Amino acid sequence: MGSHSPDRYFIPEGSAYPFLASIALFCIALGGASFLNGYAFAPNLMMFGFAFMAVMLFIWFRKVIMESPIYNLDVDKSFRMGMAWFIFSEVMFFAAFFGALYYIRVLALPWLAETEILWPGFEATWPSAGPKGAELLAGAAPGATAIEEGTQYAIIDPWHLPLWNTIILLTSSVTLTIAHHALRDNKRGALIFWLAVTVILGFIFLFLQAEEYIEAYQQLGLTLGTGVYGSTFFMLTGFHGFHVCLGAFILLVVLLRCIKGHFTAEKHFAFEAGAWYWHFVDTVWVGLFIFVYIL
Amino acid sequence: MANAAAVDSHDHDHHDHKPPFFQRWFMSTNHKDIGTLYLIFSLTMLFLGGAMALVIRAELFQPGLQFVDPHFFNQMTTVHALIMVFGAVMPGFVGFANWMLPLMVGAPDMALPRMNNWSFWILPFAFTILLSSFFVPGGAPAAGWTLYAPLTIQGGMSVDMAIVAIHMMGISSIMGAINVIVTVLNMRAPGMTLMKMPMFVWTWLITAFLLIAVMPVFAGAVTMLLTDRHFGTAFFDPAGGGDPVLYQHIFWFFGHPEVYIMILPAFGIISHIIPTFARKPLFGYSSMVFATAAIAFLSFIVWAHHMFTVGMPLQGELFFMYATMLISVPTGVKVFNWVTTMWRGSMTFETPMLYAIGVVFLFTMGGLSGLMLAITPADFQYHDTYFVVAHFHYVLFSGAVMAMMGGAYFWLPKWTGHMYNESLGKIHFWLTAIFFNVTFFPQHFLGLAGMPRRYADYPVQFTEFNQWSSVGAFGLGISQLLFVYIVIATVRGGKKATAEVWENPEGLEWTVPSPAPFHTFDDPPVVK
Repeated sequence: MGSHSPDRYFIPEGSAYPFLASIALFCIALGGASFLNGYAFAPNLMMFGFAFMAVMLFIWFRKVIMESPIYNLDVDKSFRMGMAWFIFSEVMFFAAFFGALYYIRVLALPWLAETEILWPGFEATWPSAGPKGAELLAGAAPGATAIEEGTQYAIIDPWHLPLWNTIILLTSSVTLTIAHHALRDNKRGALIFWLAVTVILGFIFLFLQAEEYIEAYQQLGLTLGTGVYGSTFFMLTGFHGFHVCLGAFILLVVLLRCIKGHFTAEKHFAFEAGAWYWHFVDTVWVGLFIFVYIL
Repeated sequence: MANAAAVDSHDHDHHDHKPPFFQRWFMSTNHKDIGTLYLIFSLTMLFLGGAMALVIRAELFQPGLQFVDPHFFNQMTTVHALIMVFGAVMPGFVGFANWMLPLMVGAPDMALPRMNNWSFWILPFAFTILLSSFFVPGGAPAAGWTLYAPLTIQGGMSVDMAIVAIHMMGISSIMGAINVIVTVLNMRAPGMTLMKMPMFVWTWLITAFLLIAVMPVFAGAVTMLLTDRHFGTAFFDPAGGGDPVLYQHIFWFFGHPEVYIMILPAFGIISHIIPTFARKPLFGYSSMVFATAAIAFLSFIVWAHHMFTVGMPLQGELFFMYATMLISVPTGVKVFNWVTTMWRGSMTFETPMLYAIGVVFLFTMGGLSGLMLAITPADFQYHDTYFVVAHFHYVLFSGAVMAMMGGAYFWLPKWTGHMYNESLGKIHFWLTAIFFNVTFFPQHFLGLAGMPRRYADYPVQFTEFNQWSSVGAFGLGISQLLFVYIVIATVRGGKKATAEVWENPEGLEWTVPSPAPFHTFDDPPVVK
C-alpha cells in the first residue's frame, strides 16, 4: 500500500476476510437448515455465524474506510457501479414476490374458482386465504383467539398506520436529500441534523411496522399462515421491513461517520450509496402501499 | 478490434513476486489466481457430477433394478444436475472471465478484487452443504434440479440444505457478475470503446447482466419454498389459494435466462478460436454483439416453453412457442457468422479449433432439437422424455463444456507458459466428440419412442439404445482423465510458448508474455 501511486487503480493486497466471511456464511446457512429440522446444535451454530458475519462486516468495512483516502476516482466509480447493480439485484428479488402476488390474484385464484372439481363453490375474491383458509388459519395460529366467528380474519386498513408509514418514509427521503445538499455545501450542522432526522424517521417506520404486525396477529387474526393473502402480505412487507432495517443501519453508520468528519463535499461515496439504498426501499414501499395495502 | 497495443514489460520482474502458499491461494486478490481456483473447482465438480451421471448410466444399462434403488437414483439425477449447472459450468466460465477479462480489456485486475475472492470462496462451502445432504436422514434432494413444488414441500432436510446452498451460490454469482460488469464498464484501457471489445468480453458483459437479473428471482422462488415448508405460507398450496404452477413460472423465469448464462460465454470463446485458426477477422462483429443482446432479451420472454404441458391458456402456449422460435434468428446469425469466418480462411486444425468446430456443429444440432421442442403440440409428445435430455446435453455438454475445453487448450499456453501436447489434445477431442455422440444421440430415439426421463427402470424395448448410451457415457467419462493428464503435464512442462502462442492472434492477452506475469497492465495499454 505504501508504494501505491494515486494515478494507478488501487489493488488491495491479499486478504483473509473473504475466506473468513465465507466460513461465517457457511455457519449461518448450515445452522439455519439444521435449525429448521430441530437439531440441538443448530441455534448456537447459527448465532455464531451471525456474530462472526457481523464481526467480518465490521472489520471489512473498517478496512475500506481506512483505505478510502488512497482510492482514486476510478475506484470510486467502480464502487458506484457496484452499488447500483447490487440495488438492481434487490429490485429483481422483490420482483419475484410482486410477480407472485400478481399471478395469484389475476390468474391462479380465478382458475381455482373455475375448477369446480376440487373445491365447488369457492369464489375468487381478494383478500383470500384460499379454499381451506379457515382450517389453515386454525392450524397455523393456535393463539388466534381474537378471531370472531364469521369474520375469520381482517386486513390492515391502509388509511391508518400504512398511510402514516407512507408519509414517514416519503418525508425521510426528502430529509435525506436536504442532508445531501448540506453535505455538498459544506454545512456540517445541517448535514448532521437532517441525516439524524432521516435515521429517526426510519426507526419510527420500523416501530410502526412492528405495531402493525402485532395488531395483525393479535387482533385481526392475520398471520403468515392466513392462506395466500397472509403469505404475500407478510413476505412482501417483511422483506421490505428487513431492508428498511438494513438501510436505517447503513444511514446510522453514515451519520456516525459524518459526525467524525469522514466525508468531504466532493468525496462521499458511502453517503450516496446509503442514500440510493434508502430511496430504493422507499420506492418499494410505494409499490407495497399501492399493490398490497390499497388494491 | 484491439491488436496493436503498446506494452511495457520493464517492471514485470519485480511484479512477478508471488506470495507464499496460504496467502496466495486462500487470501488472493489476484484475478489470475482466483481464475485458477475457479477452474480447478469447476473441473473437480465436473468429475463429481460426472461420477453421478455414471451411476445413472450404470443403472440404466439394463432394464430392472441392478445397482441402486429408485430413491437413490432420483438423488443422483437431482444432484448431478445441480452440480453440473452451479458447480461445473457456471464457475468454469467465471474462471475464464477472471483470467481473461482483465487481460482482454487491459485492466490491472478485476475491479473489486477482495469481493472477487469472496465470490469464489463461498462456492466450496455451498457445495459442502449440498453434498453433505447425502448423509442426512432421507438422503439428498431427489425432486429434480428444478426443485418443483409440491414434491419439494414434502422432501426432508436435504431440501432445506439445497435451498441454503442455492442462496449461497446466488450470492456468489451476483457478486461475481457485479464484478464482471464493473470491470468491463469501468476498467477498459484507453481507446477500447464498447464496439472494440473482444467478443468474450461482450458475451460475459451480457451474461453478467442476466445473472444479476435472474439469480435474485431464483432466490425468491426457493425462499417461498422454504417458508411454505416451515412457516405456514401457501404460495404453492392451492388449499391456501396458492398454486404449484406459480413455482414453475418463477423458477423458469430464472431458468431460461440461466441456460443462456451457460451458453453465451461459450459463444464468446468460440468467437475467439475460429478467427485465430481461420486466420481471418471475425465475420460480422457488430451483428455478433447485437445477436448476443437479442438472445439475452428474448431469454426473458420464453420461459413457459418449459411448461407447455402444465396447462396454460392457448394464447400463452402460442406466444411462448413463437417467442421461442424467434431465438433461432439471432442464434442462426451467430452460426452463420462463425461458418462465414471459416469460409476461405487459411484453416488449421489445432485442438482448440477442433473443439470450436465441434461446438458449432453439435450445438447447432442441440439448437435444432430445441426448435422441435419449441413447437407446442410436438412438445406434448416430447416433454419429460429422453428427447429433452438429449437436447440439453447437446447444448450444455457439446455447447458449454466443450467450448470450455476448447478455450482451455486455446489459453493454456498463455496461462502456463507451455504448449500442451497437440497429439494428445487431438485424441482427447476425438474421444470426447465420439463418445459424446454415442452417449446422447441414441437418447433422441429413446425420447421419441416415449421413454420418460428420471426413471430408474424402463420397458425392455428400450434396452439397446440405453446400452449404447451407457457405453458411451463411460467412454466419455474415462476420456476426460486424459484432459486432466494433459493439463497437469502442460502446467509442469512442455515446449515454451511464445507471447503470441498462435499465428497473429487478435487481442491484448497475446501482447503479454507467456505465462502471463502475476500482475499485468499496471499501466493501461493504449488501444488504437
